[in-house]
Amino acid sequence: MREIPIRDALREAMSEEMERDPNVFLLGEEVGAYNGAYKCSRGMLDKFGPKRVIDTPICENGFAGLAIGAAMAGLRPIVEFMTFNFSLIAIDQIINTAAKARLMSGGAFTLPIVFRGAGGAAYQLAAQHANSFDSFYAYTPGLKVIAPATPYDMKGLLKSAIRDDNPVVFFESELTYSLKGPVPEEEYTIPIGAAEIKREGSDISLITWSKNLFLTQQVADDLAAEGVSPEIVDLRTLRPLDKETLLSSVAKTHRALVIQEQHEVASYGAYLAHVIQSEIMDELDAPVGLVSSLEAPMPYAKSIERIVLPSKERCLEAAWKTLEGWR
Amino acid sequence: MDQDLVADLYRQMLRIRRFEEEAARLYTERKIGGFLHLYIGEEAVAVGTASVLEERDYVITAYRCHGHYLARGGSARHGMAELLGKETGCSRGRGGSMHFYDLEHNFMGGWGIVGAHVPLAAGLAFAQNYKETDSVVVCFLGDGAINIGPFHEGLTLAALWKLPVVYVIENNFFAMGTPLQKTAPTEDLSIRALGYPMARDSVDGHDVFAVRSTMHTAIRRAREKRLPTLVEAKTYRYRGHSMADPAKYRTKEELEEWKKRDPILTLGEKMISLGMKETKEKIDQEIETEIADAVEFAESSPMPDPSTATDYVYV
Ligand SMILES: Cc1ncc(C[n+]2csc(CCOP(=O)(O)OP(=O)(O)O)c2C)c(N)n1
Repeated sequence: MREIPIRDALREAMSEEMERDPNVFLLGEEVGAYNGAYKCSRGMLDKFGPKRVIDTPICENGFAGLAIGAAMAGLRPIVEFMTFNFSLIAIDQIINTAAKARLMSGGAFTLPIVFRGAGGAAYQLAAQHANSFDSFYAYTPGLKVIAPATPYDMKGLLKSAIRDDNPVVFFESELTYSLKGPVPEEEYTIPIGAAEIKREGSDISLITWSKNLFLTQQVADDLAAEGVSPEIVDLRTLRPLDKETLLSSVAKTHRALVIQEQHEVASYGAYLAHVIQSEIMDELDAPVGLVSSLEAPMPYAKSIERIVLPSKERCLEAAWKTLEGWR
Repeated sequence: MDQDLVADLYRQMLRIRRFEEEAARLYTERKIGGFLHLYIGEEAVAVGTASVLEERDYVITAYRCHGHYLARGGSARHGMAELLGKETGCSRGRGGSMHFYDLEHNFMGGWGIVGAHVPLAAGLAFAQNYKETDSVVVCFLGDGAINIGPFHEGLTLAALWKLPVVYVIENNFFAMGTPLQKTAPTEDLSIRALGYPMARDSVDGHDVFAVRSTMHTAIRRAREKRLPTLVEAKTYRYRGHSMADPAKYRTKEELEEWKKRDPILTLGEKMISLGMKETKEKIDQEIETEIADAVEFAESSPMPDPSTATDYVYV
């Protein structure tokens, strides 16, 4: 199978959906003439023209709100945030307008809209440009929240997100836009709300999403070298959560470790621990482990940025703690 | 003067007034919960505007939304039921006073965050250009909304992309208890349009005919030239900000001055001087009947079933 980088997988997803449905359009800062801050929309302006690939001024609340209004009138916007750090300017529109319009109107509104862009830390971007807001958005009923890792999952899930009739928040990562992986030429989609077992094992479930899948794969390799059989659960979607895949994995391995880039307090990983413990307490041989970012805004210096983020060393330490008494 | 038009404007304004008075009564009887922001005094703005719109046009507003909903043709029954939190409400009891919707009449709400609906209006207008319709959008907002970011972001996009939208600042001189002088260094709020730039106008919002003519021009600019306008309509709310507010921050005299020019009172007097006394009395009676029926309908409607608490979150 051919291998393509994530930025191309995303571009293919958007382009195919725009060809399929004339009501789909893309807007955001630099998406047109500049081809996207991370080149995810390369060539799309030439292909679809300025009516459907729209460069906006720097006004996240304004263009997110405009997109929601357009969706209210029957269009299907894709909003690109240069990164999700800037989505805070629009968070009122996303949470207080998009997520709530359907309920407040007693089901009158249907809002097919995708908010996508890079989330999480990259190399030394410092505190304001390294936010991981997965938990913020996953907290909100009315939104669907997707955070895939591989090129294949990115493409299939973005296509589903664009076809979905609900507001969807779709997280990518600055660090992985160039990462290549197999993506078939043929059309496919991946259902929203379906986790995937990325590696089968029997001793411990390593639960993760987004680019931390790649960190988790390294952790799993190291554990395997020590004779442990780790299973990797890639959630891919945070809301709705695929409880069935999550719980059946943990029920099989009896041990669970969540690896997330969020801070621990009030985080998605803490919620996962609650779900596991409240639903299958009897299956657990150890408390659910959780590796998170440390409780500090992201510092700039390399030596400490590395410490704040979940590292392979911290993950292994937590994994061994969760594995206590194993064998 | 076109007597049918006069009668219709009178009917529409009175319908809102009586709806709101009944809502106030039901609130004091504790049948309505939450915030209740009444539109009493400002009726000429919504009615004058609605009278020059086509059915295919869109209206969107903030939380003081009952008047715009009714002026757009929303049913009094379903509006009153919404206030009482009933399943038969225009938002099935999920929205309440601040969140009326009636998509059949292109009435798009009913929004509670000051200024946040300004970009939504730009988006509705954007969609009209995208779909190549000739519909236009009217967005009502308060004088308290002109300092917040989304107001400026929405107007920026409307002017930049030449969107067919008319923004109407309903300047009632107060944002809750804060008088306008404390937040805006000008008497004419429409000058905010200059920087985007877009066309602007200012109108006496207590004069329904003046509102009609100003809005007629602005709406034509939107429909034919696909250009936005910022209109200021000077008006006054007779009640407090919400039912919880006794409005002690203003003088009785100021209120009485505005009431002397009350749009419904003055149009009623005009009808009599035009020899339309009988028509007026008939309308008065019909509105009484409609509003009484709405209250009866609302009171006898069922509340949402407990099993539906999480319905209407996702498609
Ligand atoms: C962003 C935001 N801040 C504060 C509030 C609380 N609030 C509700 S109404 C209001 C006053 C708004 O006044 P104005 O825009 O003039 O409208 P009016 O009530 O006069 O119709 C305030 C401060 C809010 N709803 N949204």
